[in-house]
Amino acid sequence: MTATGIGASVKRKEDQRFITGRGQYTDDINRAGQSYAFFVRSPHAHANLRAIDTSAALKAPGVLAVLTGADIAADKIGGLICGWMIKSKDGSPMRAGAHPALAQGKVRYVGDHVAVVIAESLAQARDAAELVSVDYDVLPAVVDLAKAQAASQPRIHAEAPDNTVYQWHLGDKAATDAAFAAAKHVTRLHVANNRLIPNAMEPRAAIGDYEAGQEQFTLYTTSQNPHVARLVLSAFIGIAPEHKLRVIAPDVGGGFGSKIFIYAEETVCLWAAKKVGRPVKWTGDRTEAFLADAHGRDHLTDAELAVDAAGTITALRVKTKANLGAYLSTFASSVPTYLYAPLLSGQYDIPAIYAEVDGVYTNTAPVDAYRGAGRPEATFVVERLVEVAARELGKSPADFRRQNFISKFPHQTPVIMAYDAGNYGASMELAVQHADLAGLPQRKAESAKRGKLRGVGYSAYIEACGIAPSQAVGSLGAGVGLWESAEVRVNATGSVEVLTGSHSHGQGHETTFAQLVSQRLGIPIEQVTIVHGDTDKVQMGMGTYGSRSGAVGMSAIHFACEKVITKARKVAGFVLEVPEADIEFNDGVFSARGTNKSATFPEIALQAYVAHKFTGAQLEPGLKEGAFYDPTNFTFPAGVHIAEVEIDPETGITRLDRWTAVDDFGIVVNPMIVEGQVHGGIAQGVGQALHENAVYDSSGQLLTASYMDYCMPRAEDFPSFKVDMTTTPCPSNPLGIKGCGEAGAIAAPPAVINAITDALGHEDIAMPATPQAVWRAAQKAVRKLAAE
Amino acid sequence: MTTVSMTVNGKAVSADVDPRTLLVQFLRENLRLTGTHVGCDTSQCGACVVHVDGKAIKACTALALSHDGAAVTTIEGLAQGTQLHPMQEAFREHHALQCGFCTPGMIMAAVDIANRKGPALDEATIRHELEGNICRCTGYHNIVKAIGAGAAAMGARKVAAE
Repeated sequence: MTATGIGASVKRKEDQRFITGRGQYTDDINRAGQSYAFFVRSPHAHANLRAIDTSAALKAPGVLAVLTGADIAADKIGGLICGWMIKSKDGSPMRAGAHPALAQGKVRYVGDHVAVVIAESLAQARDAAELVSVDYDVLPAVVDLAKAQAASQPRIHAEAPDNTVYQWHLGDKAATDAAFAAAKHVTRLHVANNRLIPNAMEPRAAIGDYEAGQEQFTLYTTSQNPHVARLVLSAFIGIAPEHKLRVIAPDVGGGFGSKIFIYAEETVCLWAAKKVGRPVKWTGDRTEAFLADAHGRDHLTDAELAVDAAGTITALRVKTKANLGAYLSTFASSVPTYLYAPLLSGQYDIPAIYAEVDGVYTNTAPVDAYRGAGRPEATFVVERLVEVAARELGKSPADFRRQNFISKFPHQTPVIMAYDAGNYGASMELAVQHADLAGLPQRKAESAKRGKLRGVGYSAYIEACGIAPSQAVGSLGAGVGLWESAEVRVNATGSVEVLTGSHSHGQGHETTFAQLVSQRLGIPIEQVTIVHGDTDKVQMGMGTYGSRSGAVGMSAIHFACEKVITKARKVAGFVLEVPEADIEFNDGVFSARGTNKSATFPEIALQAYVAHKFTGAQLEPGLKEGAFYDPTNFTFPAGVHIAEVEIDPETGITRLDRWTAVDDFGIVVNPMIVEGQVHGGIAQGVGQALHENAVYDSSGQLLTASYMDYCMPRAEDFPSFKVDMTTTPCPSNPLGIKGCGEAGAIAAPPAVINAITDALGHEDIAMPATPQAVWRAAQKAVRKLAAE
Repeated sequence: MTTVSMTVNGKAVSADVDPRTLLVQFLRENLRLTGTHVGCDTSQCGACVVHVDGKAIKACTALALSHDGAAVTTIEGLAQGTQLHPMQEAFREHHALQCGFCTPGMIMAAVDIANRKGPALDEATIRHELEGNICRCTGYHNIVKAIGAGAAAMGARKVAAE
């Protein structure tokens, strides 16, 4: 390992601009002559749109245009799409209602887009928006997920009777039912996975621009995947032909999934730019982010675990209702189906699994992928079932898990996934060691002396990421492939630009990708620049999410580098005047075997472009190669997190006393960055377990629409984390990388709830385990303790 | 429209503004100093923290006109030419940022914590003092380490200068 190669904790190149305030986020960008957009949003969760009177608004100072759904329909602009077809058990396709960028006929959630005011200043646009008069015929709202499918509920979309988008299933029902019938012990849980709002710190923003001379559209947008945005906006929404649309995702301040999707606001800004003849800029405020960013999670599950007399798990069964919100967002249909149920085996050898999932419409914001996307939901179900089962059976949670861990690989689960490599026991042992569980009894006693309750909770998680083999996901209904692309351009002076289809919005690709290239080509890391985020520069890519940039994005770069080296060796043969087969390449130097002749990578690069040492008939000049990499499997990061909490029964406050994380991510390119991903993921998982909850009232008003009411995790909510890794290289990509971006958010919630329930001696507590909820449960526990 | 004048990062500036203009808008839009960010609308996230007359304030909750005549320092004014401020160095050294959006406000708040509490900051103090700064990416672990190191370096720099 070199100081700047694979495995080194290289400090980040991108930090220079961020720590000096020179980042270029979308709202920092200004186009000459730009106008400002402000959206009129529905204050009702469910209503027919009778009429929109824009006449007063049009006369307000500075107003350039007021546009509605009628205008978008007249221009034949398509609606926002969901790109993953899910079929129900009976083979019928999912029942998807239309999702126009500006409402047509109906509004379906508070925050739904009704009109846009475009004016010379944002203040003028806001003032004029108050003059837009909308005649709503208010309808009763469907808000409660548990009751949304009842016949008595209003129908949100004509296409979906009973507000049911699909009734999907996975697994072997007969084998699973048989195993349950024969089980010695069955553990049953009703599990709610609480609804979350992603809250990246940068609100979404967009600038649409149209240059009439070239008929060229440009969109600046806070996106995790500019090429996907370009494809959707051209091929499906139809605003511009793909070759006349440039999409730029500059510095983006966090995404966590919420910036994958193609939203109404950016669609409208792009379309409106041509209509108004001026650039149109929109920057969301935080309230809009709460109302209209895609939300995450929101499942209700009845879960069961079957165990035999020896304590071996024989089956797992779930019935899940998944809230999809008022419209299907871009990947929404896939999250509670193919990103959820295939992970229900967890780290355990479970012979029979059956999952039923209903995707349900409600009059709430659309729900889609949020850090973990389906895998936190699966892991929470599995790890709560396993913990409760262990307690019911009188076994230690660690021993019950160890007894059921998969130990032979590859392992085919009953739910599609074939785990290729892992060592779950090793992560468990290292985690137990780091967590100093030997000292727990003493710590428990010391806490009790101070009137506090101490508990420990495990989470043995596995996830499927490195998304994904294109043909496999295509056969499951995906509308796109999930390969990644890279182009390695060697300049004549020997510096290298790498154009990647991945996008960096916090992941540090400008550094980690450069580490790989620097090591492969044997050139200093300062000579390598990573280019991303602009569809005019990078030809095509699928973007960053699903912990795929290392496994898939870097594999594409690896293969492009291999092609560069292959070509460079040919050039070196001519330059060093030996047959190509005699050329060796090590540490950036080409040498001719058996001679003392050699040339550096930059020298060969120059020769490739000067082309004096070979004819055009012998070899093409130039040194630039591309590769598209399509993964052959998902990757399977896995590990064990152990949370230790101390609860104050007088206040209900749960203090995280210590956190241990041992993860297997395969080969790690930059340990510092990977640990940072684990830290951030843990924080979001703890946020779900203790603090965060998106709450709608019965009329569909979002009660948690600001930081006053939605509790964001802060520094004082955490200890420092103990993070370590075990390694089983990933067998399915050349770099051995599994990926790490979502693991913390997947692992953390059950660790916290398992720890709290351990401390309180109760079976269950719902997320978020707020001080009030914990206080109530603790009163029962304290009374019980006193009685003993 | 009213004229507002102040010193920003050592430079005298003056402009005619709508009286409703927030300090953060004045910095970002009039002065094109876009390093100070807007992350929320309830004054909680801290992405907008700047120093006014040596003290940290949230620029989203201040009117530009309220600070007529003040000396304002933004993130762009921390470094001395190419020489980074020790707190900026500490953030890079300890990987205390990922997407970078909360970072300017976090660094300005961190410098203010060190100014008020001194160079020897323990973990509990730092975590408590960060109540007004939200980060979604880092889980705070490295931010806390960076602030401890940055404060110590600020102290050492002060001692060296004396």
